[in-house]
Amino acid sequence: MIHSLFLINYTGDIFLEKHWKSVINRSVCDYFFEAKEKALEPENVPPILQTPHHYLINIYRGKLFFLAVIQTEVPPLFVIEFLHKVADTLQDYFGDCSEGVIKDNLVTVYEILEEMLDNGFPLATESNVLQEMIRPPTILRSVVNTLTGGSNVGDTLPTGQLSNIPWRRAGVKYTNNEAYFDVIEEIDAILDKSGSTVFAEIQGVIEACVRLTGMPDLTLSFMNPRLLDDVSFHPCVRFKRWESERVLSFIPPDGNFTLMTYHVSSQNLVAIPVYVKQNISFMETGSCGRLDITIGPKQTMGKTVEGLLVTIHMPKAVLSANLTATQGNYTYDLATKVLVWDVGKLNPQKLPNLRGSLSVQSGAPKPEENPSLNIDMKIQQLAISGLKVNRLDMYGEKYKPFKGVKYLTRAGKFQCVLMFTKSVLGSLVPGGLTHPTEGEPCIRADLDGGRLSFPHRLLHGLH
Amino acid sequence: IFFPCRHDDLKEMLDSNKDSLKLEAMKRIVAMIARGKNASDLFPAVVKNVACKNIEVKKLVYVYLVRYAEEQQDLALLSISTFQRGLKLIRASALRVLSSIRVTIIVPIMMLAIKEAASDMSPYVRKTAAHAIPKLYLDPDQKDQLIEVIEKLLADKTTQLVAGSVVMAFEEVCPERIDLIHKNYRKLCNLLIDVEEWGQVVIINMLTRYARTQFLNPNINESLLEEGGSGDKTFYGSDGNDDDDEDEEDKEKKAEAAALAKRKPYVMDPDHRLLLRNTKPLLQSRNAAVVMAVAQLYFHLAPKAEVGVIAKALVRLLRSHSEVQYVVLQNVATMTIKRRGMFEPYLKSFYIRSTDPTQIKILKLEVLTNLANETNISTILREFQTYIKSVDKDFVAATIQAIGRCATNIGEVRDTCLNGLVQLLSNRDELVVAESVVVIKKLLQMQPEKHSDIIKHMAKLTDNIQPMARASILWLIGEYCEHVPKIAPDVLRKMAKSFTNEEDIVKLQILNLAAKLYLTNSKQTKLLTQYVLNLAKYDQNYDIRDRARFIRQLIVPTEKSGALSKYAKKLFLALKPAPVLESPFKRDHFQLGSLSHLLNAKAGGYQELPDWPEAAPDPSVRNVEVKESVPEWTKCSSREKRKEKKVEKPFYSDSEGESGPTESADSSYSSSGSDSASASAESGSGSQSEESEDASDSEEEEEEEDKKKVWKKEFKKLAQGSEEQSSESDERKRARKSKQQKSESESETDGDEESDSESSQSESDDSESEVDVKNKKAVQSKAPSKPVIKETKKEKKEMSLLDLDDEPAPSPQVTPVNSFLSSSLVTDLEGLSLSDSVLSPAISPSGTQKCYELLHRISGEGLSVEYCFSRQPFGPDANMVAVQMHFANSAATDAKNLHMEDVKLQSGMRVTDFPEIELLPAGETTTAVMGIDFCDSTQAANFQTHSRKFFVSIQPPVGELMKPVFMTENEFKKEQ
Repeated sequence: MIHSLFLINYTGDIFLEKHWKSVINRSVCDYFFEAKEKALEPENVPPILQTPHHYLINIYRGKLFFLAVIQTEVPPLFVIEFLHKVADTLQDYFGDCSEGVIKDNLVTVYEILEEMLDNGFPLATESNVLQEMIRPPTILRSVVNTLTGGSNVGDTLPTGQLSNIPWRRAGVKYTNNEAYFDVIEEIDAILDKSGSTVFAEIQGVIEACVRLTGMPDLTLSFMNPRLLDDVSFHPCVRFKRWESERVLSFIPPDGNFTLMTYHVSSQNLVAIPVYVKQNISFMETGSCGRLDITIGPKQTMGKTVEGLLVTIHMPKAVLSANLTATQGNYTYDLATKVLVWDVGKLNPQKLPNLRGSLSVQSGAPKPEENPSLNIDMKIQQLAISGLKVNRLDMYGEKYKPFKGVKYLTRAGKFQCVLMFTKSVLGSLVPGGLTHPTEGEPCIRADLDGGRLSFPHRLLHGLH
Repeated sequence: IFFPCRHDDLKEMLDSNKDSLKLEAMKRIVAMIARGKNASDLFPAVVKNVACKNIEVKKLVYVYLVRYAEEQQDLALLSISTFQRGLKLIRASALRVLSSIRVTIIVPIMMLAIKEAASDMSPYVRKTAAHAIPKLYLDPDQKDQLIEVIEKLLADKTTQLVAGSVVMAFEEVCPERIDLIHKNYRKLCNLLIDVEEWGQVVIINMLTRYARTQFLNPNINESLLEEGGSGDKTFYGSDGNDDDDEDEEDKEKKAEAAALAKRKPYVMDPDHRLLLRNTKPLLQSRNAAVVMAVAQLYFHLAPKAEVGVIAKALVRLLRSHSEVQYVVLQNVATMTIKRRGMFEPYLKSFYIRSTDPTQIKILKLEVLTNLANETNISTILREFQTYIKSVDKDFVAATIQAIGRCATNIGEVRDTCLNGLVQLLSNRDELVVAESVVVIKKLLQMQPEKHSDIIKHMAKLTDNIQPMARASILWLIGEYCEHVPKIAPDVLRKMAKSFTNEEDIVKLQILNLAAKLYLTNSKQTKLLTQYVLNLAKYDQNYDIRDRARFIRQLIVPTEKSGALSKYAKKLFLALKPAPVLESPFKRDHFQLGSLSHLLNAKAGGYQELPDWPEAAPDPSVRNVEVKESVPEWTKCSSREKRKEKKVEKPFYSDSEGESGPTESADSSYSSSGSDSASASAESGSGSQSEESEDASDSEEEEEEEDKKKVWKKEFKKLAQGSEEQSSESDERKRARKSKQQKSESESETDGDEESDSESSQSESDDSESEVDVKNKKAVQSKAPSKPVIKETKKEKKEMSLLDLDDEPAPSPQVTPVNSFLSSSLVTDLEGLSLSDSVLSPAISPSGTQKCYELLHRISGEGLSVEYCFSRQPFGPDANMVAVQMHFANSAATDAKNLHMEDVKLQSGMRVTDFPEIELLPAGETTTAVMGIDFCDSTQAANFQTHSRKFFVSIQPPVGELMKPVFMTENEFKKEQ
């Protein structure tokens, strides 16, 4: 199936190659480089390329290309999933999956790859199993190894390979037995120019960190499992029990793993925690435009919105931005035309505002494209869908584990469509502005305040 | 390139007797290999260390060997003996390395090793053996031997570890040997959920192909339905080539298909159902490849009504990595062409984000376009409007194309789209304008007469526009010059002026325009045309020179000009059909999810997805246990079988669904009524057998398959028809009970040994030979066929024969008689059924009937209750639906006073209790009929039954709420 693997960095250097069958010359990557040149951006390189004798399937992860060479028919997703699995495994082993780390651990990486595939077909891809065969490097162990001449290669056949639960290694022992679950929800939303929701859904994931001795059998139940619309599980979860009782019953892998991912899509369930009031306009003639953005809380369930970050992709014609932020800092990258405003914590009493002028390339026509505004944020101790873990029970072992659940909500692909106001006058009429939470007094006040503190806006309007 | 001195240094380290030095050297060498640098000249020095004691050094030496053995075959042979020795001790890894050394000379050694490993104790070693098989498949001479090994490994008992690898080997070595799968089919289906992810993908893909060769098309009756409800057809109007065969406009063919369908109503093979049911949970897998594999399986194999379940899972994959999205969207695009309805609820999931990579955007656009219909087009167009303002110009161009396609597909919005596109003509961006022109051209071709003003507008644009768009405009003006008689010559004048500076594609269109104008308006344009033709005559491009010469000959009448010039006008101004704007993702012929589908080109090693067979091949080839090969009308009725299946359940992993093919919804197996009913029906059918014997002879020629199916169905009808219990049935029951209990205990003990149920069954049944089965058949068919007078005597014989089932070998005295009898009797019986169907067609509208479980044996503390809708009028109240309940007491104690209480009903519903059953002795079964008025709703009726109070609920499926009405054929037609 998978013939060879090449790891290629951002600039196009092949820094690792591994062949599971006969050796394929690295010149095969030239076809890939050609496509990469053409694509301009790495995200736009087609994942699957056809060459006269081979097919190249690549993924782009952490500024690295993982390029698999195959010769015969194979489901493309099979290869893509495997390559991501490789990247995940390396991340698991070394905490990071970057060129530097891989180069530092070249031999270990090579050995891992050797174990993951046999003759091009996946052999051991579970991190737990691999770590039994090839122990991840730790500082302590490397010191011990150099002193004693010991090795970091396991000398026993991994027990997980033999049992019915290949994801868990045998003989796990801990002095502190603990099981932590992080319920992380991401809001994906598209808000239109008036602030109303075009599309919103919640992607949830439960990340687990389980360090329990022996072979514990866990059961995790929810207060409101009906919320979950579409789920996918780690193979350890017994699907039958979920179907009949809506509880997660599983023998966990050791360490960190993703227990389940889920999806909440019904629109009314998706609370949008913030609103954005924006106004960007460019003069019909002349070389300047104006920008005014305010962010306020909408449905935050009484929690604080943190880590607020606004990213705006500006039209190409915008040369520079001269703005003032009432809170946080902004940067405008001239090369990529990206305006980033790092707001930080959202204070409902004093809404953050960013306003000022944009200078446009003189002579250039008024930009027509709509810039888009992406928001990043997080809310601690809240699962925006309202999902709550009810209880965690353990069977099969006698000790009492320490249990914990944490909730976190953050913005996923949270996008607002911006729309230029057609004429400058229009933007000055408060009624002409549309914003999501009309009727909230604080906004009106802010609007008025805005006009007062910005005399040059009036000037432009008269102009 | 390394300097020799550095190599010497490494060699020295390898030769030293310090493990740490060796290790260091090996690490450096492997790092060289990883970086793709040549380390082959170190081969001799490295190979010496193959016997090194240090496991880490050894492992690295293996890594080196596998990499370079092919290049240095002779030297590699030196190491072979070490591995051969290793095969005894560290079997798996030694075999792995040995088989990875691609040296042809050692193939025989490897073959031996693989054969040995294939029967190793450890499943891990067997897995390695399976992995080694494709490696050995270097020369075709080995194929036969390898197939043997594959066959052996396929039959492996604890397959879940081995299954994926061996199916992989099967796919690489002998994908055409589908016969190897038959016996393992059910096992693979049942184990699927426990196999590791990668194996799942391979197995599902293989099973998809298998199912296509072994089962009938579940949508075969689709044509019938579509004929009836034409509304359905218009709904899917645009997917004309839905099912190539059935959707043909060809009425005749359709009628034929309908007739065919009528003759043998489609009944899904229980094994087909088993596959669908067991793959469904895998849609929840975290691995996108598994989800995709299941999705394509459903798409290719499931009845239309069930395909919908995959949509949600595929939409979920859209949140994965962009590469995954890319592949999934490509497949969704193809699916939406065929089955639009499936993804319509998820329309918004395909909305485009500005952060999506361009290739994802374009794919999403494709899907949105495919999903567009009359109801959602306004939403989609509004979405498109925002896309047009995007910064990404390639994407904008694609959006305009998409608008064009929506406009051609949906007549209502054509004008709106056209107006929108015309507005885009004044866009500042050249690319947008050009793309709009090209699309408008296509749209205008559909109804040019209405839009002469648009043509005029576009004519104004010719001066400053991209070549491709200009060519399009010129073509338009030429084609519809009659609609713009004043402008057209003027455009030609302008173009003639700039002819020499135009691009080739524009020049060709100028020639075209000139020719057309010359033909329609020669007075004004004669000189212009000649001027243009003269310019073209000396053009650099030979295509243009050629075209000019051709046109001149054709349109300018000379004394020499041939007959063709008379037809010049017809040639140039013929009515051209509007182009069909079609999705580029119509890739019907490739299996979804495959590389070939994605590339739209056949990749090496691609296995075609075969078409459904006309008639299903013999389903009995999949039977592992002999019992299942006996059609269920024999002694071991479905009831008993179900019992067995239930017992099996716990052996599969907890995630395993209701196992066994017998319980499938539309299978014929599950639906027979109670024991007593079937038993009595048997006698009923028997009494009729004699009179129909004659008829049967004439029908013998027919396919056996068909007959069996029809037979079974008819039999069931009879079973439902007769309700009273004959006296003999009780005795039989008892006999069966004892047998049943025995089989239960058997399989339970097997279960403790952890062997999978399928094999345990086969083990327990091994004793039963084929002859035995025939015995049974013969006995049954023989017994009832005799008049009732001899009943008692016959029963005795029957019982003794039944007991044979549990004996290790058939008794020799009986065998010859029965085998002699069997064949003729079986055909007799089959004949009987056929004639029966003619005699009594009106008993029940459809032969299949499903039993639902009300109370499971375990939760009911030994009491199990099943119910079925007997589809018969409920005597006391015509509005009620008769529900037949089967009580079976498998507990050790008797159950007393079974009755209903605390009935909780939705408003309006009514229930007539079944008479209280005072005593149900242990091991007995009984039936009762109750009536429920569901008020035509499909709400569940909830109530409690039994003295120990088990809460149960009955939910009627749609289609079971019916009452029989007698009407003549004409009346029926009228009603329709």
